[in-house]
Amino acid sequence: MSRIGVAFEKARAEGRAVLVGCMPAGFPTVEGSIAAMTAMVEAGVDVIEVEIPYSDPVMDGPVIQKASDIALAGGVRTADTLRVIEAVAATGAPVVTMTYWNPIERYGVDAFARDLDAAGGTGLITPDLIPEEADEWLAASDAYGLDRTFLVAPSSTDARLAMTVEHCRGFVYATAIMGVTGARAQTSDAAPVLVSRVRQVTDLPVGVGLGVGTGAQAGTVGGYADGVIVGSALIRRVLDAPDLQTGLAGLRTLGAELAEGVRNPVR
Amino acid sequence: MSADAPADTGSRPDPAGHFGRFGGRFVPEALVAALDELTEAHRTAMTDESFRAEFAALLRDYAGTPSLLYPAERLSAKLGARVLLKREDLNHTGAHKVRNVLGQALLTRRMGKTRVIAETGAGQHGVATATAAALFDLECVVYMGEVDTERQALNVARMRMLGATVVPVTTGSRTLKDAMNEAMRDWVANVDGTHYLIGTAAGPHPFPALVRDFVRGIGDEARQQCLDQIGALPDAVAACVGGGSNALGIFHAFVGDPDVRLYGFEAGGEGVTTDRHAASITGGSLGVLHGARTYVLQDADGQTIESHSISAGLDYPGVGPEHAWLHDSGRASYLPVTDDEAMAAFELLCRTEGIIPAIESSHAIAGAAAIAPKLAAELGREPTIVVNLSGRGDKDVHTAGEYFGILGKEQ
Repeated sequence: MSRIGVAFEKARAEGRAVLVGCMPAGFPTVEGSIAAMTAMVEAGVDVIEVEIPYSDPVMDGPVIQKASDIALAGGVRTADTLRVIEAVAATGAPVVTMTYWNPIERYGVDAFARDLDAAGGTGLITPDLIPEEADEWLAASDAYGLDRTFLVAPSSTDARLAMTVEHCRGFVYATAIMGVTGARAQTSDAAPVLVSRVRQVTDLPVGVGLGVGTGAQAGTVGGYADGVIVGSALIRRVLDAPDLQTGLAGLRTLGAELAEGVRNPVR
Repeated sequence: MSADAPADTGSRPDPAGHFGRFGGRFVPEALVAALDELTEAHRTAMTDESFRAEFAALLRDYAGTPSLLYPAERLSAKLGARVLLKREDLNHTGAHKVRNVLGQALLTRRMGKTRVIAETGAGQHGVATATAAALFDLECVVYMGEVDTERQALNVARMRMLGATVVPVTTGSRTLKDAMNEAMRDWVANVDGTHYLIGTAAGPHPFPALVRDFVRGIGDEARQQCLDQIGALPDAVAACVGGGSNALGIFHAFVGDPDVRLYGFEAGGEGVTTDRHAASITGGSLGVLHGARTYVLQDADGQTIESHSISAGLDYPGVGPEHAWLHDSGRASYLPVTDDEAMAAFELLCRTEGIIPAIESSHAIAGAAAIAPKLAAELGREPTIVVNLSGRGDKDVHTAGEYFGILGKEQ
C-alpha cells in the first residue's frame, strides 16, 4: 500500500472522491501557510498538496504564480517547506508535495527524499519531470518508500500513458485541460475521457486537477475521478482577503463547499 | 580529417536530447506529444531534399546569406590580431536570428500549424519571428518582458508593424526568462495549432539541436570563406553567448578542427563576482531551467537568480545545453566580458570600421581583444580570429547614447 493510498481507500469506502487542496508553502508567510493548510483540513479537505514555491512555474497560472512570488519575496527556503509539511502532517492529513524539479535537484534528490520521509510527507507530484528523466528520483523514492505522481495529459499517447502510470505510485495526476493551473467557469470535457483511458492501464487512483473551483465542479469531477484537486480557487481566498483571518475564514467556507461537493458526486 | 571538408561533429545529442549530462526534457507531460511531433518533423526535414532546397533558397534570396566575411584591418591593427568579421549584422532583420526563424517557419508549415509564438529579449528574435510570420502568413504572438519593451521600444514598433501581437510580460523579473515562461504557458494551452518558435539553442529537446541545425550555416560559410580568402583555418573563433545560438552557429563547423580554438563570451555585467551578471557558465551552477539541464544562475534553493546585462539579448540566466557540454568537454572556452568592456568594444568598432554593432556582438569584439595578446604569445605570431558579428546596433543606439552621455541637443 502506498502512503497516500489509505486516503483513497477510505474515500472509496464512503463512495466518494478524495478532496485534495493545494497551497504554496510560505504563502502568505511560513506560519500563515501552516494555518491555512490546517484550516483546510478542518474544513474537510482530505489531502493537502504543499507546493514548493519556484521562481519559474511554467505550469501555473496567475494565481499560483502570485502566491509563489509572495512566498519567495518573504524569503521561504526549501527547509521551510519541509517544516510546513511536518506541521501539516501532524494534523493527521496525508501531505503530498508538488514541486518543479530544480529545487529538488539543487537540494539533492536523495537528501530531499530522506528529509521528506522524515517530515512525514507521502511523496511528490512532479509537473516538469517526466519518467524518462527521473532515474534519480525513481531510486530515491524507492529507497525511502515515497509515492511518486507523474502527470498525464489529454495529449499523451496510449504508449506514454501506460509508461507513465507504470512509474507512478500512490495516484496518477490527470491534467483535465491543456493549459496551466487556474479555476475556470466550466470543467473540461477532455478530463473524463482521459480518466477512462488511464483506468484501462492501471488500478491506481486517478486525481484530476486544473480548473476546479466550486462545490458543483467538485461533484462533477468526483463523479468520474478518484481525487479532485483544487488549488487556485483556494489560494485566491487568501490572496484576495484583506488579512489572514479573513482568508482563513474564506478557506473554511470554500473547503466545506468542496468537501460537500465530493460527497454529492454527479454520476 | 581534410581541411577543406566541414567537420562531422558526431551524433550529439543522443535520441533523448542529451549532450552528455546536459539537455533532455524537463517539461509538462502536456508538451511531450508536441515535442515528439517536432522532433520527427525536424528529423525528416533535414533529410528531405526539397525542404533543404527551399530553406537554402530563402536564406539566399530573402535573408541575404551567405553573409560576408570581412577583414577588419583597422580593428586588426588595434587588437594585434588579424580579425575577420562574420557580418551576420547585414542579414535581413539585422542579425543571425533570421536563419533560425526561416527554418522553424518552414517546419511550422510542414506540421500544418498556423500560429507561432515566440519570446524575445532584445526584440531581435521577436522581429525576426514577426518577419517570418508575415512572409509565411502565420498568426504571430511575441512575449516580451515589460522591462525589455521599454528599453527596446523601437523593436516593439517593428513587430507591430509586421502584424505581430506583442504581449508585455509583467511577472517575475519582467525580462527574457519570464517571457519564456509565458510563451511556455501559451504553448501548453494552444499546442495543437501553435508552434513555439524558440529563439535560441536552449529549451527542451529537440530545440537545442534544431536551432543549431538552422543556424549552423554561419560556421559552414565562415569556414569555407576562410579557406577561400586566407587559405587557412583561423586560430580562433569568437562569439557572444546568451542562450547561445549565434555561438553554436559559428562554432559547429569548427568543432572537429582541433587547431581552431573556440571562445564564447558571456555577459559579465558588472562583474561575475558581483550578483549583477548573466554569465551562466562562468558564474552559474548545474541546474534545470526552461526544459533542459544546463548551467543556471540560481540560489542555494534552486530559485533562478535575476540576470543582468547591458545587452537585453544576453540578459538570460541560463545557456543552451550544448554549450554546457562544450564547456565540460573542454572543447570551447567560456569567459565573461563586462558591460564596460563591451561598450568600449562597441565604440572601438564604430570608430575603426564604421560599423555599429549590437551590444551583444560587442561582447565578442571585447573578448577577441582580450584573447588576442594571449594567443599571439602562445603562437609566436599574429593570430587570426573570426568574430561573429551577430547583429547590428541600430536597436541599441538609445542604450549606447545614454551610456556614453551623447544624447541631447549639444555636443
